[in-house]
Amino acid sequence: MSEHLIRLTASELGAKLAAGEVSSVEATRAHLDRIAAVDGAVHAFLHVEGERAIATAAEVDRRRAAGDELGPLAGVPIAIKDVLVTKGMPSTAGSRILEGWIPPYDATPVRKVREAGLIPLGKTNMDEFAMGSSTEHSAYGPTYNPWDLERIPGGSGGGSAASVAAFEAPLALGSDTGGSIRQPAHVTGTVGVKPTYGAVSRYGSIALASSLDQVGPVTRTVLDAALLHDVIGGHDPLDSTSIPEPWPSMAEAVRRADVSGLRIGVVKELDSDGFQAGVRSRFHEALALLERNGAEIVEVSAPNFEYAIAAYYLILPAEASSNLAKFDSVRFGLRVTPDGGGTVEQVMSATREAGFGAEVKRRIILGTYALSAGYYDAYYGSAQKVRTLVQRDFDAAFTKVDVLATPTAPTTAFKLGEKLDDPLAMYLNDVATIPANLAGVPGISVPAGLAPEDGLPVGIQFLAPARADARLYNVGGALEQLLLAEWGAPLLDRAPDLSRHELTATEEGAL
Amino acid sequence: MSEISAEQVAHLANLARIALTEEEIEHLTKELGQIMHAVEQVNQVATPDVPPTSHPIPMQNVFRDDVVGQTLTAEEALAGAPESDGSRFVVSAILGEEQ
Repeated sequence: MSEHLIRLTASELGAKLAAGEVSSVEATRAHLDRIAAVDGAVHAFLHVEGERAIATAAEVDRRRAAGDELGPLAGVPIAIKDVLVTKGMPSTAGSRILEGWIPPYDATPVRKVREAGLIPLGKTNMDEFAMGSSTEHSAYGPTYNPWDLERIPGGSGGGSAASVAAFEAPLALGSDTGGSIRQPAHVTGTVGVKPTYGAVSRYGSIALASSLDQVGPVTRTVLDAALLHDVIGGHDPLDSTSIPEPWPSMAEAVRRADVSGLRIGVVKELDSDGFQAGVRSRFHEALALLERNGAEIVEVSAPNFEYAIAAYYLILPAEASSNLAKFDSVRFGLRVTPDGGGTVEQVMSATREAGFGAEVKRRIILGTYALSAGYYDAYYGSAQKVRTLVQRDFDAAFTKVDVLATPTAPTTAFKLGEKLDDPLAMYLNDVATIPANLAGVPGISVPAGLAPEDGLPVGIQFLAPARADARLYNVGGALEQLLLAEWGAPLLDRAPDLSRHELTATEEGAL
Repeated sequence: MSEISAEQVAHLANLARIALTEEEIEHLTKELGQIMHAVEQVNQVATPDVPPTSHPIPMQNVFRDDVVGQTLTAEEALAGAPESDGSRFVVSAILGEEQ
């Protein structure tokens, strides 16, 4: 029973809950049991709600029994990336500087999932302040890829992706600044969506780069992502960059998925030798499958995408260095007083030295440099111009096609430690995902199969014009159905059985 | 332009209020030089005729009525502070002896 419950999709589980075939308490208990069994090996969670989640589930069951009108995901458990503040639940953003902090309010996406009756299971691991592509920069130790525990689960949202891939949660929330939802989806065989900038409120999302950050769904199926998107999306007066116009139902777009006549542009510059052979072959097979089902495949050029990473690694550190100034040892989090005391500035400096990890310090110093008088125009100013050029590339491409397609990331999951000492090599993971953040357009990563050379998951990314998020759910939903028909079972059915790690996890305790 | 000295990194660390160790400064000096060298390529295409973009979606001012909204209580706001006196945040001296 319990094993069956954790393998249901969120929409299937929601339907069973609505039909009274299973209670939310049973579903929540099954997922907590799974976390207890495998998270010692996976380490997707930084905090687990435990009995408090059961109490929340019991309340939803009570409301259902009383005849309350509940949404399609009511009673379904969800994992929450630790970048989102949660009232009464610890929120660290993967940093020592926020260790033990209990926020006094909920982020808007968290409030919305609670109001829709979803059951928060806990908080997921991430690179510190979302700076990274492997979750190795978490101050609390890395997360391990459920497909191969020696490999990275992607980042920064490796915890959220691993939690759904390991069947610890049917749904998770993530945040994507340069690929932190989509790249983990690619390496874990899951679905991840970065909505249009402004589609989901950023209120209560601990800011990395305010002009790039966007919260979105992390799931095992495209329909589940759409259902969660419909819950968390929409205008929020608490976020001044939130888009005020109403949105169509993303779930409807999946249910009506049809690619006949859809024009799909392949970005020439992101279909190159720089990508692993198996990543490219699965990408082209997916496109051929869509073409056989009525889509039109067109090659397009985006010449300025080449400069996107460089622009990103100026804009992001600049914005991050400003955003992280709030960690000042006064209002929340850590305070370290130097030996013999000191002024408030000395306390602040000692606190930030002790509380921030190496990657965070690297990017704060880089951002401070990029914003310095005398360098501002050459670095930050030029990066903002590249942003314009990347947007123009998108605009030009979208006059010819409805959506763009790229491999989500250059390689399958690499081994832990492999790129940790080479920041520039780590930054290249985001080559295909960064342009969307610079231009504010939405993107989805959908599983495309396993790379033949290493048997690890590969994702395909689709990008749509700003505000046309529904197109991603259309093409993603259609591809998922076509691939499912070919494979006969979901990709994650081919992932190794983690239950064999139960014994070691229990014996060794939490890793 | 990408030549960065240890003195510069120490100055940046001071501006950013991070008490970096000598070892960290040495390591970061090398890394920053490499990273800046890589990101400088933005100047190859950022010509004077290209306008900068600060936000991906065109924005306009957002207004609301000047009424008190939902706010945190003092107790809630102080709950996570390293030190407070019950109604205010407590910090150490603002000025050092030399000031």
